[in-house]
Amino acid sequence: MNFDRRRYLERVKERESKSPVVKNCFFAYLFGGGICTLGQLLLSLYLFAGLSERDAGTLVAVTLIFLSALLTGIGVFDSIARIAGAGTLVPVTGFANAVVSPALDNKSEGLVMGVGAKIFTVAGPVLLYAVLSGALYGVIHYVVALFS
Amino acid sequence: MRTVIRFPVPVSIYARASAVGGTESDGPLGALFDFHDETDRFGADTWEQSEESLSRTVLNLALARAGESQDAIDLLFAGDLQNQCVASSGGCAAAGIPYCGLYGACSTSGEGLLLASLALSASPALSRAAVVTTSHNAAAERQFRLPLEYGGQRSPTAQWTATAGGAFLLCHASEPFSPPSAPRITACLPGAALDSGVTDGANMGAAMAPAAADTILRYFSLSGESPSDFDRIVTGDLGAEGSALLLELLRENGLDLQGRHRDCGVLLFDPLKTDVHAGGSGCGCSASVLASLFLPALERGELNRILFLATGALMSPSCLLQGESIRGIAPLVVLESGKTGGEK
Repeated sequence: MNFDRRRYLERVKERESKSPVVKNCFFAYLFGGGICTLGQLLLSLYLFAGLSERDAGTLVAVTLIFLSALLTGIGVFDSIARIAGAGTLVPVTGFANAVVSPALDNKSEGLVMGVGAKIFTVAGPVLLYAVLSGALYGVIHYVVALFS
Repeated sequence: MRTVIRFPVPVSIYARASAVGGTESDGPLGALFDFHDETDRFGADTWEQSEESLSRTVLNLALARAGESQDAIDLLFAGDLQNQCVASSGGCAAAGIPYCGLYGACSTSGEGLLLASLALSASPALSRAAVVTTSHNAAAERQFRLPLEYGGQRSPTAQWTATAGGAFLLCHASEPFSPPSAPRITACLPGAALDSGVTDGANMGAAMAPAAADTILRYFSLSGESPSDFDRIVTGDLGAEGSALLLELLRENGLDLQGRHRDCGVLLFDPLKTDVHAGGSGCGCSASVLASLFLPALERGELNRILFLATGALMSPSCLLQGESIRGIAPLVVLESGKTGGEK
């Protein structure tokens, strides 16, 4: 067969169906905005209930994480995320789903080698590099403070 | 092997069966399958065991159609997508049938039919061989991709691993128990692993299309036949993306399939109803569509001759991350209707 790999790859790129970017952005805006509005409502509610601003903020994150974990557990989150895309991925909801879904998936292999070993397979890189950059920022902060 | 292997005595597929999961049974071919389980569980607790159960179920259905028991089978060729083909060894091979496990990714159904035909042809002592291939969406997603409940958007070029299985019982066409209408395998051509250069794990169709084109071109050049000698040229699971690429590659090499091409991955699902994007894939995709759509059409004499190419993307997630591209493979078998005498 007459097969030019480079030309073939160009053709594959050229003709492959593209993600519907405008539609995806619209739904990401809608769902992401909706989640943030819900967060804001929760914040107002917790402040109204007499919590300090700091505690209320923490509780908002905890509530959203709980809701994402619950929706993942009952098998609804992925159906919503299929439409919402970055709208559910970017807020804390996406991170909660990224931790809960492998935990659920691997419970058939037991609590240690299944859930325990595999729970961070998706979220692992985020955790590692978030902690690493946090430590790096701390060092920079310390050094700058020494000379100022 | 650089020659078309023709069988002096054709091998007949004297019984076949298909079983699928919920999404597949809701698809356009839903009514044609012998068995379906809406829950995809097939009575088991884990997805891996569900596929074992699927494998066992589909073999038993084929045996029931032939009115035979597992003891009648001399040799079993079976494969799936799980590590060490556990669904096959734990499912249909656990009954003690002498077993060869196959791992040809989604090309396993074609590879199995080809090897079983060769084995039967090589040894008159073998009376009956079985070919069983399965795939399970949940077991495959767990092994190759992301957790099932992970919320993300799939690429439009991605395909959907079918929860499906197909079983085929083969014998020499001269056997008295082989029904006259049983479709026959008269020739085969092994595929060559061809490096597509594609490094996108979400575009398997593009990774397999060159291998399918290569086998088809080799077949027509070696046999001296042309697409008009066949009613259908069927590929396993190139999907919408890969099918278009295949036709382009063939046209560039001076071959026009004249509207005879069909792809099992495209046929299996309704693209508007399910989140399958470019179409179905997996060892069970081509096997179930062959067993439920094309073989019955050959049995009824509605089709006379078809070329069947199961297509496989030989993909390892680790090698893909290491920057290696995906190799494709497409073994070919020639299937003829028993009704018209078959042999050319």
